[in-house]
Amino acid sequence: MGLLFIDGNQAVAMGAVHAGCRFFSAYPITPASGLLAAMLERLPAMGGIVLQGEDEIAAIGSCLGASMAGMKAMTATSGPGISLYSENISFAIGGEIPLVIVDVMRQGPSTGAATLGADGDVQFLRWGCSGGLPVIVLAPGDVRDCFTLTVHAFNLAERLRCPVFLASNKEIGMTRETVAFESIDKPSVSGRKHHQGGPFLPFGVKEGEEVPAFLPIGGPVPVRQTSSTHGADGFITTDPKQIQAGVDRLQRKIESHVADFMFHEFEKREGAGTLIVTYGVTARAAKVAGSMVLRDPGKPVSVLVLKTLWPVPEQLLLQAVEGVERVLMVEMNLGQYVHELRRVLGRERVHFLGKMDGRLISPGEIAKAVVHG
Amino acid sequence: MASLLNAARPPAFCPGCAHERSLHALDRAFETLALGPDEVAVVSDIGCSGLFDTFFAAHTFHGLHGRALTYAAGIKMAQPQLKVVVTMGDGGIGIGGAHLLAACRRNLDLTLLVLNNFNFGMTGGQCSCTTPPQAVVASGFLNALEQPIDICSVAAAAGAPFVGRASAYQPELARLLSEAIGYEGFAVVDIWGLCTGHYSRRNRLTPDEIERDMATLPTFTGLVARNQRSEYGARYRRVRDASAAGDGEEYEMAAIFPLPVKDRREIALLGAAGDRINSAGSLLAHAAILGGMQATQKNDYDITVMRGPSVSELILSPEPIGYTGVERPDLVVALAPEGVRRKAELFAKMAPTGRVLCEKGLVLPATAARLLEVDFKRHGFRRTERALAALVLLARGGDPITLAMLEGGLRRISRGEILDAGLDLIERAKAVPWPPRESQQ
Repeated sequence: MGLLFIDGNQAVAMGAVHAGCRFFSAYPITPASGLLAAMLERLPAMGGIVLQGEDEIAAIGSCLGASMAGMKAMTATSGPGISLYSENISFAIGGEIPLVIVDVMRQGPSTGAATLGADGDVQFLRWGCSGGLPVIVLAPGDVRDCFTLTVHAFNLAERLRCPVFLASNKEIGMTRETVAFESIDKPSVSGRKHHQGGPFLPFGVKEGEEVPAFLPIGGPVPVRQTSSTHGADGFITTDPKQIQAGVDRLQRKIESHVADFMFHEFEKREGAGTLIVTYGVTARAAKVAGSMVLRDPGKPVSVLVLKTLWPVPEQLLLQAVEGVERVLMVEMNLGQYVHELRRVLGRERVHFLGKMDGRLISPGEIAKAVVHG
Repeated sequence: MASLLNAARPPAFCPGCAHERSLHALDRAFETLALGPDEVAVVSDIGCSGLFDTFFAAHTFHGLHGRALTYAAGIKMAQPQLKVVVTMGDGGIGIGGAHLLAACRRNLDLTLLVLNNFNFGMTGGQCSCTTPPQAVVASGFLNALEQPIDICSVAAAAGAPFVGRASAYQPELARLLSEAIGYEGFAVVDIWGLCTGHYSRRNRLTPDEIERDMATLPTFTGLVARNQRSEYGARYRRVRDASAAGDGEEYEMAAIFPLPVKDRREIALLGAAGDRINSAGSLLAHAAILGGMQATQKNDYDITVMRGPSVSELILSPEPIGYTGVERPDLVVALAPEGVRRKAELFAKMAPTGRVLCEKGLVLPATAARLLEVDFKRHGFRRTERALAALVLLARGGDPITLAMLEGGLRRISRGEILDAGLDLIERAKAVPWPPRESQQ
């Protein structure tokens, strides 16, 4: 069996192409620039489009235009670029524009350390939009996840008509590793639902449905898109009933289906007193730590690796914690996702290990925190 | 063709607002060009110019302040047959200036109407990038301190091939707009008019005075001769379709050599930018994969390109690799002080069985590992050659790769002159006396 030797950014590009992405636009930024290179190697040759924006705002803006014109679109950046994406992320939420946004996180705050990794954006991705409506954030831990979760990200973005984030990290995006392509999970690809027959309302939703059927700008039926608060017809509205119904639907369509996409790995060990919860590249260290501690009899630990960060997979957390005295959240920041764990599981039993010094959290550090608290 | 105005949504501009004239002129231009509602996309953003999309029954897209050109670029690239018309105000030009410059440079077939009324009409009449310094606006004295920009001169300087300036009161506005829309390339029309809601309540301004003010600036009537060139989208598709498929595609490698060592190896290559540390790391990984190993490689460097440390950390293992950090390396190749300083803490953690292959004379932190010193300089290896030469020396000892694997890896990742130079280097490094007398610190 042959092996690929690729980094996470390349794997995301491969997953995007597999998912049918044919429009990519970005502005160069370390550690995400490899994605621009990888998409340039692929899309033009297959008739797709790659643009280099004059800034991050232009990069995401052209994606929104292309997506509304019917193409599957993706953009990629790092923390400073997510800041500039913010207003257009809100637009993608409110305008129900399918888009995959890759954040190859680097150590912050601000321009931070361009060549060092961190997971410092995970709350920012959730809350970095005006209006505070929910978004979907998936977190890969290795090259294999980068491919698979990118395909899932497109499927969710298209199906639910929303932006979906891939929360990558310099330590994933720019780390090369061997992987057998045939062993990578390749989810089947789905697209957005198109309107068929009858009058078209750009944001009209049938009884019992939550996502408007789509028609592209540029097709035979005129389509309206707007960043303003709108009714089903796409025109501005100030009617409180229509407004509330609209934002309720935007929230419901994302949050009520999280059970369908609670991507995770759970290494459950009999008699485990401690549950390690983690995500991203730290999952690799946590799994090694789990087996290290296992060698110490009487101290087995379970490891839950979250690959869906938002919406918070609350049911999964509640199930995983059954029979466990202590939960240890490990993440490459000063304590972000741990707030979600404490909200769902209660403050008392949730402990935290994290740092943001540009280094990986090692298996030894995790094992020590498990054993010595 | 009929009007594309939305019969159900009549214009709702302030009485006397110049935008309403521009709206009808744009509609007449659509009629002149016989465009149907499915052949036009009106893209707008924030401000009173952002009401335009509402009044047309066509494809419409309304977005964030100053960003209309960015959305339009995506729409036009995805649907090249559409006539994409962008409306922005002078406010939008100010906040979205980078997009205007980029659109002028790029020459994608979009038509931009700047509805220029010298102030922010929707937010209370504050100054914009076109407000004259003597005007009275809602920004206090601030506009008196700044000079307004001439949008047309800026657009022409940035490369726009079609630039027109007109008053909203000119009868020939509709003809200018139809020429702009018909032009295959980026067209800008700067349309001056009255904001009766704010500006002309505080400042004496009439259509005649607008004409007079315009006459003091250079005249722009359409084609800018020096900026004529082929349109971006058509050119993009032509160049794209003529290009061969990408050469950098990923490839799978099968093991073709026996496994050289049974154990996992953690390795750090420490050098300076320009020492080809990352390339050597990649070659080492490829060689190991050809010998049936799995590999991870992560690089560490500063943001400076040709200065500073360059570090490549690798794990080679017959088993799947979890954690990718290298904390207690089995092997360190140390070629420059920059890399040694960056990873100084590694040396103290190395076991006595570990090996450090280092440039002779390089000062290293204390370590229990065995030191293998090589005088690369004396043997005639340039800085750019030493990382590969070090791999050859290691391969001669068969750990963690063999010479056959190294050559196989080199053939996998390079070709032509680069391959020839690499093969030549391998031969030269085979001639170096090896192994050296081992030393301990």
